[in-house]
Amino acid sequence: MSRIKEFNLPDLGEGLTEGEILAWLVKVGDVIELNQPIVEVETAKAAVEIPAKWAGQVQAIFHPEGATVEVGTPIIAIDTDPGAGPIEQATDALPAPSAASLAAVEIAPEEGMVEPGLIGGVAPGGRTAVLVGYGPRTTAAKRRPRKGVVPTQAAAVPAQATPAPAPVAPVSPAPAVNGDGRADGPVLAKPPVRKLAKDLGVDLAGLTGSGPLGSITREDVQRAASGTPAAAEPLTVTAPATAAASFGADREQRIPVKGVRKLTAENMSRSAFTAPHVTEFLTVDVTRAMKALDRLRERREWREVRVSPLLLVAKAVLLAVKRHPMVNSTWAGDEIVVKEYVNLGIAAATERGLIVPNIKDAGRLSLRELADAMTALVQTAKAGKTSPADMSGGTLTITNVGVFGVDTGTPILPPGESAILAFGAVREMPWVHKGKVKPRLVTTLGLSFDHRIIDGELGSKFLRDVGDFLADPEAALLAWT
Amino acid sequence: MAKGDPGAAARSRRAAPRSKRAAAAGEPELVQLLTPEGERIESALGPDGTEYRVDFTDEEYRGLYRDLVLVRKLDAEATALQRQGELGLWASLLGQEAAQVGSGRALRPQDMAFPTYREHGVLYCRGIDPIMPLGLFRGVDQGGWDPNEFKFNMYTIVIGAQTLHATGYAMGVAMDGKTGGDDGEAVIAYFGDGATSQGDVNESFVWASVFNAPLVFFCQNNQYAISEPLERQTRVPLYRRAGGFGFPGVRVDGNDVLASYAVTRHALDNARHGQGPSLIEAYTYRMGAHTTSDDPTRYRIASEVEAWQAKDPIARMKAFLTKQQIVDESFFAEVDEQARAESVHLRERVLAMPDPEPVTMFDHVYPNGSPELDEQRTQFSKYLESFEGSAH
Repeated sequence: MSRIKEFNLPDLGEGLTEGEILAWLVKVGDVIELNQPIVEVETAKAAVEIPAKWAGQVQAIFHPEGATVEVGTPIIAIDTDPGAGPIEQATDALPAPSAASLAAVEIAPEEGMVEPGLIGGVAPGGRTAVLVGYGPRTTAAKRRPRKGVVPTQAAAVPAQATPAPAPVAPVSPAPAVNGDGRADGPVLAKPPVRKLAKDLGVDLAGLTGSGPLGSITREDVQRAASGTPAAAEPLTVTAPATAAASFGADREQRIPVKGVRKLTAENMSRSAFTAPHVTEFLTVDVTRAMKALDRLRERREWREVRVSPLLLVAKAVLLAVKRHPMVNSTWAGDEIVVKEYVNLGIAAATERGLIVPNIKDAGRLSLRELADAMTALVQTAKAGKTSPADMSGGTLTITNVGVFGVDTGTPILPPGESAILAFGAVREMPWVHKGKVKPRLVTTLGLSFDHRIIDGELGSKFLRDVGDFLADPEAALLAWT
Repeated sequence: MAKGDPGAAARSRRAAPRSKRAAAAGEPELVQLLTPEGERIESALGPDGTEYRVDFTDEEYRGLYRDLVLVRKLDAEATALQRQGELGLWASLLGQEAAQVGSGRALRPQDMAFPTYREHGVLYCRGIDPIMPLGLFRGVDQGGWDPNEFKFNMYTIVIGAQTLHATGYAMGVAMDGKTGGDDGEAVIAYFGDGATSQGDVNESFVWASVFNAPLVFFCQNNQYAISEPLERQTRVPLYRRAGGFGFPGVRVDGNDVLASYAVTRHALDNARHGQGPSLIEAYTYRMGAHTTSDDPTRYRIASEVEAWQAKDPIARMKAFLTKQQIVDESFFAEVDEQARAESVHLRERVLAMPDPEPVTMFDHVYPNGSPELDEQRTQFSKYLESFEGSAH
């Protein structure tokens, strides 16, 4: 082969079909060694670094960071003998991968090319029949083309040529199905479908199955669920995906649900339908606290530090957790896990969508360390470099909806957490202060908590403490610490 | 093992019983002969009072170091090959080299080993070409070595199932009358901390115990069953479970190749002399992912990994060899060069592995075939031939 070698994205897990380019660790022109990490790729299973398969010089990079790439597609071209002088063929073929390597990606068959029931053939429900498991995506089952030009002929050949009993397509009438397609006896549904129904609050007994033998499919459950009132939108608003929305002729835009959006949707639905949420509100006069912040900014050792009202809220939450440790806990089925450490999540709107990185063991940090950690967290998030480790293990979260100019909301708990605090905008409002109505800086806090763990009394006391700190931080510090 | 190394006593220091030292430090009690800093401990006591020691020549120390480095380098190459799409999957042994090399080198030629899918280090010690497991993980063969020739069974993917095979094999050894002397046979079964929750493993414990099978249960406790931490497997130290089944258990520092050797050798010798089974818990840590299909940063924290980094099995051996002036710098360079060369050679051979014909999957199911399989093979051949570009 030529000295230019193209590296195709491999299947990094077992049976994965695509991966997202997180970061290129090399650029065009770099001279690289064998096994030198060249790119970070995230799949449905893991984010991993891929080592270079050949030593040489990077000739071309075919996909930008953030691109989702199908397994088997070339991602980088490497000149394996850069010392041998210029390449004969003009490089204008790049950065498009060579035709040969693209042809190596097999072509999806025409419908009817593969007979129903056989492996790779069409199974009921639009899925692809496989030996075990729930099979690959239904859209592009890739097969080599069959011999014999006419598709219908090809479909007929193996079924008739084999004397052994042909595989029975599962469209045959099932004995257990009665007239209306409903199964007699117990309801038929696979365990994942039952789980889905349970999560969505759908009673399987009330459904008519459209699957084989009248079994209930995932789609049946989802259809039934969509008939019920939808859950409230999560409060943690994300930035719009893109300003330049492209609408089709029907004036509708279809955005594929994937990546952070998909994860957010899954987490929010799971949380909303498993943890009974209660939300309480408290409006606080934060004028004193804002003045305290100003004084803090004026101190020499704080001059370089980014000091925001959110910092005070974080401090308030951390101090209040010390007084009410149960708030920082997880419902684990038959036990409640109360944590001594607080991994404080900060919901951040990024270009990739909502992410909630957390500050590990934030309760142990001094105010200064907390400020630095929050600045670093936000910068990392905005740069899109938050690692999965930064996002896992959160125990309690703050969502700063005030930056969007709204007063408060009813946030949804991140899965596994028991409390989330919404911090609204700080506004000048008429407020009764020392017996007179005066313009004061006021904000509204919204606390959602998991009612399985936290009773109204505990939630109220916790919220009250956060409010007390924000109303008069100096006094609260003196009283509590 | 060769005796008569006059320097050994001088460069060792006698230590208090391990249990006292460990209790003071808040660390788990374990048998240790080489500290993470590379200090030699002359002997250590097990929970039942057994005194463990090794008496290696300088050459043997060097050999163990070479084993550790080679095994790690070949494993790293296999991981890279998986990331490059040349292997379907790889289960890395990174961090567990000492437990595997120590126990693997403790085996005598007549002893039989039953591995999991991670025992690349033991496989290496048994003299099997290290490319063998790569064929399995590349999906071009079933493993390819002869278990009878090398006394090392095929990799077992099903968690814990090999402990049953090992128990049956060991009971057979005893029934054949091949135990009772220095030349007796012993069997070793490898498994992990996660497998201890399997019924198979617990059944093996029962059978091996009541039939006094010449079997060593060697558990590499690498702290995680994929993502599940040890506290989801057990409330007592794993080695203490042996007591309930009626045989001795001991916990060894699995990152200490010398202690792993000493403890395994002792347990195997007990077994070959007809004194029945025992359990070794090699306390270690999986530095990488469970397999290349998972992301350990999602279930464990970086500080924990760092703490174990400081207990690295190779670093402590290197420190020991250097401090005792058993080797000089050129030795380390020479071992690294050998490891590099062998890994390059391994890569070349993996890339050259031919893809098997699909019909060969019917070949090794039964020793003499079966009419049903023959029929399936015929049908499958016809199916393959129906594609464009097929060979026939």
